Amino acid sequence: MSRVTFFEVEILDPKTKEQLCFLDKVEPHATIGEIKCLFHKVYPQWYPSRQALKLDPKRKALKDDEILQNLPVGTTATLYFKDLGPQVGWTMVFLSEYAGPLFIYLLFYFRLPYIYHHKHAFTSSPYPAVTLACVCHSIHYIKRLIETIFVHRFSHGTMPLRNIVRNCLYYWGFAAWLAYYINHPLYTPPYYGNKQVNYALAMFVICQAGNFSIHLALNNLKSDGSKARKIPYPTKNPFTWLFFFVSCPNYTYEAGAWFSFTIMTQCVPVGLFTLIGFIQMTIWAKGKHYTYIREFKEYPDLRMPIIPFLL
Amino acid sequence: MASSEEDGSAEDKENNKKKTKRPFVTAWLTIYNIAMTAGWMVLAVAMIRFYIQKGTHKGLYKSISRTLKFFQTFALLEIFHCAFGMVRTSVIVTGVQVCSRIFMVWFVTHSIKQIQNEESVVLFLVAWTVTEITRYSFYTFSLLNHLPYFIKWARYNLFIVLYPVGVAGELLTIYAALPYVRKSGMLSVRLPNKYNVSFDYYICLIIVMLSYIPLFPQLFFHMLRQRRKVLHGEVMVEKED
Repeated sequence: MSRVTFFEVEILDPKTKEQLCFLDKVEPHATIGEIKCLFHKVYPQWYPSRQALKLDPKRKALKDDEILQNLPVGTTATLYFKDLGPQVGWTMVFLSEYAGPLFIYLLFYFRLPYIYHHKHAFTSSPYPAVTLACVCHSIHYIKRLIETIFVHRFSHGTMPLRNIVRNCLYYWGFAAWLAYYINHPLYTPPYYGNKQVNYALAMFVICQAGNFSIHLALNNLKSDGSKARKIPYPTKNPFTWLFFFVSCPNYTYEAGAWFSFTIMTQCVPVGLFTLIGFIQMTIWAKGKHYTYIREFKEYPDLRMPIIPFLL
Repeated sequence: MASSEEDGSAEDKENNKKKTKRPFVTAWLTIYNIAMTAGWMVLAVAMIRFYIQKGTHKGLYKSISRTLKFFQTFALLEIFHCAFGMVRTSVIVTGVQVCSRIFMVWFVTHSIKQIQNEESVVLFLVAWTVTEITRYSFYTFSLLNHLPYFIKWARYNLFIVLYPVGVAGELLTIYAALPYVRKSGMLSVRLPNKYNVSFDYYICLIIVMLSYIPLFPQLFFHMLRQRRKVLHGEVMVEKED
């Protein structure tokens, strides 16, 4: 029978160096995640996803799957604890971010009282473009909700609570602002009339289908359960052929959808929302693109982050 | 609002690094800060002379408005200094501060002529002038590696009075401008129009005033923390001796 050397783990507050917790008889192959559970038993208010444990107060937090004996520590390990604040799961974040705009837009479409002048309450717009815009906007967010529930697999479990407040303010605020103008009694329909609306609608539908196809394709990459990252490639679905030219075609299609919506409604606030979204997605796409390049030497040369050949 | 922040305690190290690696950057920054110090001093002298000669603040803004607009607008360069890494400060912090000044100068006092003789205008002009002279001379002497203690003292103590005074002057000025904005409907766009957008400058000004509530304490406490770090650091050095 081999002798097992148990570890001792002390967890300190990085500022006061006070010992918050002392764990003895910890298995050498225990993970940080398991240590967090033990710490949670001592301090019930700090559930594991709220804890950051570090080897050094200034360095990065240790990952949950790191094993105690593989860390550069002696048999008595000293870890520093940081409270990450209240956490909320990614699914919860996305559901609230997307359910808000869906619901809020409808308040404006049906012209609920106190939004516009009381003589317009519960009236409807004579323009087909306005009804079409409502349908498109609603389908967009319903699609996102469906993807959140059934399609996406999230890598990190949680995010800080203040992020959900900030994100919701942004999505809900902008939805209210653009819905206000599109459904306004003094709304002016697009300059080129039905031709403009119909072409924009076609492009919108194509981009939505494209975005959904990419999400499915990315989801299938992770289907075998392995955590290792893989290069996404075009499949038989023509919408995924954008992978020949860009690393993040989901962002490309998303930007395209909002651009079409801007043309369809001819509304400056929509254009502003599209622009800000595009800037943010470009930043994300560039990050992802360079991560791919760093990880895979065989990464296709032709690909750009978000816009083929350009960006 | 306030002046851009720099981590006082790390500044000397930063400047030494800059000196050995980027002599041209240091030279440009020194020239820039000397010019800005001089500019705000000219402004201060002009304001004092006007008051001594005329005995009133009425017409004071008009007499210095050109100089003010020139030097305050020139401060936009500081955003580029941060963006190109010449100065170790966040682009966003500097951007917000410079933009709030530009907003005050061009979109309030320049555009709404009726409030130019308000007392509150003199209030923030005085606060800005003293702040900027202190700040730019602080940067100048830091770059030259000869920082007299009284400048450092001024930079990290005067703000305790100057920040609230400046903010009060700015808020009172915007408040005084509201009725004129309402009446003239300036800078506003109404429905219907083919871009399906509207903008009410009156409401925008109210939102700007409300934004002081979260922003001012953050900036003020940031400076207080810097002050503690710089002065506390001095105390530590003394103890070691």
